[in-house]
Amino acid sequence: MILSVLAATPLVGALVVTLMPRTAAAARTVKVVALAASLVALALALYVTARFDVAAGGYQLTEQHEWIGPLGVHYALGVNGIGLTLVLLTTVLVPIVLLAAWADRLPAARSVNSYLAWMLVLEALAIGVFCATDAFLFYVLFEATLIPIYFLIGSYGGAGRTYAAVKFLIYNLVGGLLMLASIVGLYVVTARAGDPTYLLSDLSGLDVGTTTERLLFLGFMAAFAIKAPLFPFHTWLPDAAGTATPATSVLMVSIIDKVGTFGMLRWCLELFPGASEWASPVVIMLAVVSILYGALLAIGQDDVRRLVAFTSVSHFGFIILGIFTFTHTATAGSTLYMFNHGLSTAALFLVTGMMVARRGSASISDFGGVQKVAPVLSGILLLAGLSSLSLPGLAPFVSEFMVLAGTFTRSVPAAVLATLGIVLAALYILIMYQRTMTGPLQPEVEHLRDLDHREVAALAPAVVLIVGLGFFPQPLLDLVNPAVDEVVSHVGVGDPAPRTPADLDGISFSGSYAPMSELTDTEGGH
Amino acid sequence: MLDLVWLVVVVPLVSGLGLLVWGKEGDRVGHLVGTVASAVAFVIGLVAFVQLLGRPEDDRSVAGTLFTWISSGPFHVDMAYRFDPLSALFVLLVTGVGTLIHVYSIGYMAHDERRRRFFAYLNLFVAAMLTLVLADDYLVLFLGWEGVGLASYLLIGFWQHKPSAAAAAKKAFVLNRVGDVGMALAIMLMFAQLGTSSIQAVNATVAGQASESVATALGLLLLLGACGKSAQVPLQAWLLDAMEGPTPVSALIHAATMVTAGVYLVVRSNGIFDAAPVAQTAVVVVGLVTLLAGAGIGCTKDDIKKALAGSTMSQIGYMMLAAGLGPAGYAFAIFHLVTHGFFKANMFLGAGSVMHGMSDDVDMRHYGALRRAMPVTFATFGLGYLAIIGFPGFSGFFSKDRIIEAAFGESFWVGLAALLGAGVTAFYMTRLMVMTFTSPKRWLDDVHPHESPRVMTVPLVVLAALSVLGGVLVLGGWIEHWLEPVVGHTEHHELAVPAWGMSIIVTAVVAVGVALAWSTYTRSPIAGTAPADADVSVLTRAGRHELYGNAVNDTLVVRPTRHLTRVLVFLDARLVDGLVRGLADRLGDTSQFLRTPQTGYVRSYALSILVGSLVVVLALLAVTLA
Amino acid sequence: MNEYLTLSMILFTIGAVGVLVRRNAIVVFMCVELMLNATNLALVTFSRQHGTLDGQIAAFFVMVVAAAEVVVGLAIIVSIYSTRRTTSVDDASLLKL
Repeated sequence: MILSVLAATPLVGALVVTLMPRTAAAARTVKVVALAASLVALALALYVTARFDVAAGGYQLTEQHEWIGPLGVHYALGVNGIGLTLVLLTTVLVPIVLLAAWADRLPAARSVNSYLAWMLVLEALAIGVFCATDAFLFYVLFEATLIPIYFLIGSYGGAGRTYAAVKFLIYNLVGGLLMLASIVGLYVVTARAGDPTYLLSDLSGLDVGTTTERLLFLGFMAAFAIKAPLFPFHTWLPDAAGTATPATSVLMVSIIDKVGTFGMLRWCLELFPGASEWASPVVIMLAVVSILYGALLAIGQDDVRRLVAFTSVSHFGFIILGIFTFTHTATAGSTLYMFNHGLSTAALFLVTGMMVARRGSASISDFGGVQKVAPVLSGILLLAGLSSLSLPGLAPFVSEFMVLAGTFTRSVPAAVLATLGIVLAALYILIMYQRTMTGPLQPEVEHLRDLDHREVAALAPAVVLIVGLGFFPQPLLDLVNPAVDEVVSHVGVGDPAPRTPADLDGISFSGSYAPMSELTDTEGGH
Repeated sequence: MLDLVWLVVVVPLVSGLGLLVWGKEGDRVGHLVGTVASAVAFVIGLVAFVQLLGRPEDDRSVAGTLFTWISSGPFHVDMAYRFDPLSALFVLLVTGVGTLIHVYSIGYMAHDERRRRFFAYLNLFVAAMLTLVLADDYLVLFLGWEGVGLASYLLIGFWQHKPSAAAAAKKAFVLNRVGDVGMALAIMLMFAQLGTSSIQAVNATVAGQASESVATALGLLLLLGACGKSAQVPLQAWLLDAMEGPTPVSALIHAATMVTAGVYLVVRSNGIFDAAPVAQTAVVVVGLVTLLAGAGIGCTKDDIKKALAGSTMSQIGYMMLAAGLGPAGYAFAIFHLVTHGFFKANMFLGAGSVMHGMSDDVDMRHYGALRRAMPVTFATFGLGYLAIIGFPGFSGFFSKDRIIEAAFGESFWVGLAALLGAGVTAFYMTRLMVMTFTSPKRWLDDVHPHESPRVMTVPLVVLAALSVLGGVLVLGGWIEHWLEPVVGHTEHHELAVPAWGMSIIVTAVVAVGVALAWSTYTRSPIAGTAPADADVSVLTRAGRHELYGNAVNDTLVVRPTRHLTRVLVFLDARLVDGLVRGLADRLGDTSQFLRTPQTGYVRSYALSILVGSLVVVLALLAVTLA
Repeated sequence: MNEYLTLSMILFTIGAVGVLVRRNAIVVFMCVELMLNATNLALVTFSRQHGTLDGQIAAFFVMVVAAAEVVVGLAIIVSIYSTRRTTSVDDASLLKL
């Protein structure tokens, strides 16, 4: 029940916000109400986390009601460590985003009510997607997330927003339709085997023929690869991020795009382990290409928002690489990366958004020497940038290194190529920083205001989390470890044992090393 | 205090972060807070060192775990530290020299409105560097490793309004990142092969059981990391540009401590390198090449800081060389590192003092006769000079001598190259001394050299004393003995010449270098402007252009990357996105074609309905009749 | 009986041709009505022929629908006339963009 309540909270908030008067005088109250709704959702998510039994693992806080009986469709919710991590990410980011979007200038004749309402609707849908344990329900919510984003881009974005919104919608609908084909296929397969069902618990043990499994996998994977976005399906993202408001970009890239990688982890790997393994060489290759390609394109961008979008393509490459390596280390790293990338990209999008709003231009060459007039702004930009280039001590480093180390045990070439990405990351961030913040002060930005208290308050939680999780990622890792263990053992590839295990006297291992070592004993010969 | 030795990291870290977020109110006392934090760290380090000294020889190592950093399945990393003789020396060097430089900076940065921030960065640097040397796990070491890289980036680019400083900072970070790729891959290889990144466990296992190929791979990857951090060929190009930073930064980070981290890494990983002769040879080669390259650059630069930077490269080359010699050289690499830390910091601060008096002019061709104007600076600089060229009795004499001896023990040619390096060192340092202090004055107009304030000269005096006395560490083989628990017993090769004979040869070579420089630069007056490139020898030209390191990087890496980026941006828009948009366009065209019957006229629609119904009726009739 | 059907066919053809060739929306509309009534006539005829009420019921349905159609259709025509000052169907070809 609690998960339904959690998902419904922002929805209620959205409803209230829509019904409130749309006058300029009421705008402030509207914002406060929206923020309050998101904060209640955050509190509920923390309560869920407290209720969640980390040690027990598996899906918890489950609820299940029949929805469409003849099709075997259920309204079924439940979270495991991975889902809960992303629910937390969602509920943490939305208040930050709402606070940062406080003073967003909207196109004329657009009310702030519906702007905020769409965001809250999106939050509700995202929570639902991360909690759904029924494939049909997941599909419906997955597709439903397109609607708020379509309106957020198409109604509230900058120049070229219609094109970007339509491109976003069609691109993602195509992926969704392929997934729909697989959803229908699942019905056929389960109906043939007995009663039709879409429940994750029933589907994960499903035994279908190799070809069927692969086809069904491809349907799901297509949707997730477009959503994530994986090279070469990425071109909608820069356009969308380049025109959307920073708040929309954050919701889209930091949260909704995670549904892609989350879906790979939960649906592709759980439902089609054999097919996932079959496809992994190609996916790994595309992921590595994404990493390098995204980074190189980020270097070549002049629009700072498109730059951030391309860095995300690169980072999603890391996440997907980790998922399709099937080792515990890399998978746990990927899960953590989803959270960390959410934070770091949110900080980057928001702070660049503040820059752009002040200057009235997103072109990097229109800035220069801003550090002198806006030291706080440039400091936070640098920190967000450093987290994006995975500086040790900041959160993304831990996850990125885990992905790389986990990949290295399976595929040395992939790991080596992906590691080159860290040099490119240094280039795209530092070149951007150098050209915008350092050097002589450009006359056009002489009177650029530094961040005000509201903006600092919005960014501070993200900054604190980025630094804090860089040194203490363990609470989150404890949360995801059991779930990752289940996924990894379900696929059955696992971590190869070290060739010459070091003598670990005096080095105590905590955590779940034991089951992994059993696994690797049997699988180590690969 | 030994159990609390991790406080040396925490104190400057807290101070640094506090200074960063402290608002304008902190400007008045920020520099004092920063200096006190560094001094407290030094005191903690000193107490811990004394306690370590008091322990029995086989028990001089304190390890501990602060907390579990990352633990997930087979991947486990503790925030583990180890305070042993090697890290103890570094803690003292970093906090000691660091504190002196903090004090110096109070004066040097007195007129900079962002002084508080400068001290915050300095504190952060100290914290990161101490993390690096205290780490007991390669990943924790990597944390400090990148941390000092960040501090270096921030401090090189401290005067951000200068485009050259910003560019130099970026260049330093990126080149370091290239090295870090090696470092990161090495740690991944450790996890894959050994299942851990604990420094102790890795070194013990590699030395014992792992195959030589693993050891070689690890050694070469670590060497790549060391090359980046220590500005060794082929990743040397950033160090000279890094002189854009304020001079105390150059002294602390780019001379005394951070750039020597590569040497520390090699010595710390002695288990790996001892098991990998190929990697050791690579270290020796890198060290030798850098030693000569740096010396060559030092001979030709007119910028006093760049000349010193070339010298730093060259001296680190010596350390690398020694570290590559294995057990015969580890102790001497560290010994030279420590003495170099003293005298090079001393000379950099001296150079800063000179610049302070010369209105921030760095061109030595505008100096001359500063001996009288700045007596304290001259005296302290002179002592550093005697130490670096290896004047008998000074610290550099002992440390460099030992390395050259060990090099001859390895091979005659290596030794000869190292010996040649000593001569060149004497040459360029004498040139620097002559041009700056003793030759006739060539000051620009409206420059009035004056001695620096007390707050700057006191650290100079202390460092000068250390430069002179640093040699005592080696008396009675103390340093070899002290480091034995970490690097093993120092082997001594039997040479054809006895040790004192070697010293005489080295001193003679040094004397030749000094004499050459003296005669060259005192015989004719020094021109106020440098002769054009066309008028100087090929070697000089090469040295001036830093042996074309930038040109090589530009041609091989920078420009290809830039072109690749442009091509990819083009292709992404035209090819990848073009395919998508092309598909959409084709769909649109098809629709356009299909809508041609849709004229909008009711009658044509009605006609089509009529025709359609007729067709249906006829079809029905045909079916019924047939 | 065939006479009734013949009349129905003639009426229907007149209506169909009218719809196709006339431009005035009112006339087109009347032609449509003519077609509907021709159909009604045929339905009633068939009903009589077979001795069942089905055809008559259908005819009533058609009349009801036709009445509803008149309401909506005339309203559209009137609003088009009031905005565009024309009742020509060719001038209202805006739906194709």
